[in-house]
Amino acid sequence: MIETTTTDLIINFSYVLAAALFIFGLKLLGHPSSARKGNLLSAIAMLIAIVVTMFDNNIVSFQMIAIAMLAGSILGVLAARLIAMTAMPEMVSLLNGIGGLASLFVAWATVEANSEFSVFTMIVTFLALLIGGVTFSGSLIAWAKLSERITGRSVTFAGQAVFNSLLVLVIIFAAYLFVAQPTMLAGVNIDFNMVLYTAMGLALLFGIMLVLPIGGADMPVVISLLNSYSGLAACAAGFALHNNILIVAGSLVGASGIILTNIMCKAMNRSLTNVLFSGFMPVTKTDMVIEGEVKPLSAEDAYYVLEAAQSVVVIPGYGMAVAQAQHAMKELQQLLEENGAEVAYAIHPVAGRMPGHMNVLLAEADVSYEQLFEMDEINKRIQNFDVAMVIGANDVVNPAAREMKGSPIYGMPVINADLAKNVFVLKRGMASGFAGIDNPLFFKPNCRMIFGDAKETLGHMIRQFSD
Amino acid sequence: MDAVYLLFILLLSIFVGFELIQKVPATLHTPLMSGANAISGITVVGALALAGSDSMGGYSSYLGAFAVFLATINVVGGYLVTDRMLAMFKKKQ
Repeated sequence: MIETTTTDLIINFSYVLAAALFIFGLKLLGHPSSARKGNLLSAIAMLIAIVVTMFDNNIVSFQMIAIAMLAGSILGVLAARLIAMTAMPEMVSLLNGIGGLASLFVAWATVEANSEFSVFTMIVTFLALLIGGVTFSGSLIAWAKLSERITGRSVTFAGQAVFNSLLVLVIIFAAYLFVAQPTMLAGVNIDFNMVLYTAMGLALLFGIMLVLPIGGADMPVVISLLNSYSGLAACAAGFALHNNILIVAGSLVGASGIILTNIMCKAMNRSLTNVLFSGFMPVTKTDMVIEGEVKPLSAEDAYYVLEAAQSVVVIPGYGMAVAQAQHAMKELQQLLEENGAEVAYAIHPVAGRMPGHMNVLLAEADVSYEQLFEMDEINKRIQNFDVAMVIGANDVVNPAAREMKGSPIYGMPVINADLAKNVFVLKRGMASGFAGIDNPLFFKPNCRMIFGDAKETLGHMIRQFSD
Repeated sequence: MDAVYLLFILLLSIFVGFELIQKVPATLHTPLMSGANAISGITVVGALALAGSDSMGGYSSYLGAFAVFLATINVVGGYLVTDRMLAMFKKKQ
């Protein structure tokens, strides 16, 4: 800010209004009935912020802005309209990445546009570059993992820990060169542009190295964390440009991401460090063998049990998203309700590949959000349910977390499906879940396995009801 | 001193953010993420000034324009997809 003009005053006053609307919008997002209005308020705040910024005296040419905004809007509209609801985790991670890249470019342009900087500005600009770069490349890897363009499992190689430690040291050194801007060091000429490009390259590499070792079931944590980073990158850019609204909006997003990350970690009974660095640690093999045999059941036989059931609880997992079985489930739910049964859905916080993944899928299939229950609510009364139907979930219903000390997931809060009177597990085959652990639930006397594609199995049951 | 004011703003808005988002139910976590993502597109405001100033020379205005492009995708795509999701959250008729 060079001098305060009337225009500056108006712009900053409007930013205050926009900030208030952002906060109010987030407040309304606290309940499903008002959430849509909240999102609209937040969008209005964004519009106000963008429009008043156009009056900035520094902006003299609008041609490029118009082209960039038009192109961005077209792409944004297309992406939002065309994306399938099942692909939401991919969409969110891509959007995270784009946000990070935007911050990186803002920081880069800031460096190019000015020639003199204070140390403070250089530090925050470097942070914006670093966080923006990490968010971008990390999100791309997350997206590739989610869309199965690369393997969803943890990728590790020998010497990874050493390599990453070296990478961190080099980044710190690059930060020093960036901020202090020495022209000579140990007799070597240092070109500032070289430092800039190297710093960006290192940030991108760091993002890749950070997400690569993280396996599929831990994806909700990673997406939340990258979400938080995209906000923090905007925040850092706000510091570099001395722009209040960037700082306010960026930190709101940062806070939101951190809270979600924390919820996800708690739901898996793991610390954030454990999730981030588990790929670096050797896998602990337990030689615990689960005795017993699994009892398969046909969809036809399952129908007779369902027909007699007074209450059914459905526990969906990532497998439901893969099989696209949510619509079939909704159909079966209606038939069960017409038959006089109560149907509830139990949603584990880390079911699926992102926070709230199952809720969105079920909302798409027109299931009322009042029928969705969180883990703690359902666990209190799970023993009263006649049937628990587990659709494509595994680790989140694994009783080993409760009763087998020494199991890798021991202590993780799970939905106690095994306590219901009957348990049906709809599953493709006997493969273990992402955690790679056997599930003693399948061997319990009250559990029946219904093998096959979940959508087809549900279809069989629906046809039986109709006959 | 400027930096201190900015840090004040940062600190207070982080507290507000924590308070607000803790109250968002698990059902809405996905729309919360995509909505938050749209908000992080606020970088567009910073990018605008950089893109529109051709007096400063160099290719900074091109970099700024590209940042405007990226952030606009974030804003438009983020808000629209969030709205699309929230429209599906219904009570029982």
